[in-house]
Amino acid sequence: MMQAADVPAPASRVASALRSLALHSVSIVLLAIAWEAFARSGAVTMFVLPPLSAVVTRIFTDAGSGDLAINTGVTLLRALTGFAIAAIAGIALGLAMCRSAVARWFFDPIVSIGFPMPKIAFLPVVILWLGVYDTSKIAMVVLDAIFPVVTATIIGINSVDRHLIWSARNMGAKEREILWQVNLPAALPQIMTGLQVALPIALIVAIVAEMMMGGYGLGGGMMTASRFADSRGVFAGIVEIAIVGYVMVKLMALLRRRLLLWHQEALAPSTI
Amino acid sequence: MNALFRYLPLLILALAWEAASRLGLVSSLALPPLSDVITAWIELIKSGELITNGVTSLWRAAAGLGLSVVIGAVLGIAMAWWRPVNVLLGPLVEMFYPLPKSALIPVTVIWLGFGDGSKILLIFLGCMLPVTIGAYNGARASDQMLVWSARGMGAGRVRTLWDVVVPSALPELLNGIRTALALSFILLVSSELIVARSGFGYLIGFLGASGTYDAMFAVVLTVAFLGFAADRFYLAIMRRALLWQA
Repeated sequence: MMQAADVPAPASRVASALRSLALHSVSIVLLAIAWEAFARSGAVTMFVLPPLSAVVTRIFTDAGSGDLAINTGVTLLRALTGFAIAAIAGIALGLAMCRSAVARWFFDPIVSIGFPMPKIAFLPVVILWLGVYDTSKIAMVVLDAIFPVVTATIIGINSVDRHLIWSARNMGAKEREILWQVNLPAALPQIMTGLQVALPIALIVAIVAEMMMGGYGLGGGMMTASRFADSRGVFAGIVEIAIVGYVMVKLMALLRRRLLLWHQEALAPSTI
Repeated sequence: MNALFRYLPLLILALAWEAASRLGLVSSLALPPLSDVITAWIELIKSGELITNGVTSLWRAAAGLGLSVVIGAVLGIAMAWWRPVNVLLGPLVEMFYPLPKSALIPVTVIWLGFGDGSKILLIFLGCMLPVTIGAYNGARASDQMLVWSARGMGAGRVRTLWDVVVPSALPELLNGIRTALALSFILLVSSELIVARSGFGYLIGFLGASGTYDAMFAVVLTVAFLGFAADRFYLAIMRRALLWQA
């Protein structure tokens, strides 16, 4: 139980949150100032490093013309569709490998060899098979993002406390109920960890695929800018992609906290 | 016998591949028979193309990864050991860690052009943060008792750092390097596919564009195998390095 004295008064809690925010933003502000000053000092050309202010202006222009919304939307749609397929198929495959000896025998060598492979090398093969549109990009995302989910699911299911399953069975639960009410919830922390590994991979792959094939999307936009030697566009792309990546990773961490509120780990101080 | 049974599924897949394209179930353009791919691989080795491009690629990956391991480990341990370093670098690491690293490809090209330099810089930048975070988490979690004992027995700050903090950071650090190793292959191949004039990725793109798909499959499988072999080799070294752990 928390003592009343341990709970800071609201005013001092706000003050301490502000202080930690200030401490956090010092180096980010310093980096921004250093970027602006270095770019304006004349040591490098505008092509090599455009000033931050020019890049920010460019981002606002893109946002005004609607390009930013389209490119972000298209990239997120591809990455998240692939991620969702990889998540569902990966959990299903992991479960199948835990429950059926045949599935384990067949897929185990494929997963253990496929996981450490640089699947991105198959990108030209996937283009050859599925063309240069959304299907091939999404397929590439699935191919790369599925492995961490499968291995995490297997580890999670195998580490479920046997007593939980025995008790549930003893109390008359059916196999299906044990799966949904015991196995999956108990394995959820590991599965979430696998999903948290898979999400950045999905973004990396979606962006590489767009860079390779061109067209809309944040990666495609950056490549177009780079071909026209438009370095403001390239740096604007980096900042946009960095923000998208940051928001996605934080949202995933929030989702984990929400889904695992009942779990012991929720008692640990939040890292978000 | 056991190993044969274990890897039988891969053999089945290989036979299914060969049969599917020989029997015309799929176009041999889309999927050249495995035997043709093997022949093409031998040709590529004989002509030296695979070896020269491979050496270029491996040099890029090794240089970038080597830099990221050294600098990343130093940064991570410094962040755990000196608070001001953590205050300064912590938020930057947190901000850049989730950056999808492939976004850096066009920028490294703007800075260093199409050659080795841009690939090495890309791999260095992309692989550094996983190493930093591994070293930081490992060093931060080092047992305070051990640190105090070392200090109590008269070890200086630097000596304590080297003899207590670095070894206890090793398991997490080595795990971070494993992530970086996998990332280095991804970044290498994708940057070479997109902008390069040599290397595995370039060779894959070139063979694909000229329609010699059996040779393209041969290079793709070579890269995939090298990535797998590098990971297994690293895992073996890592286990040896951590033998002293219970």
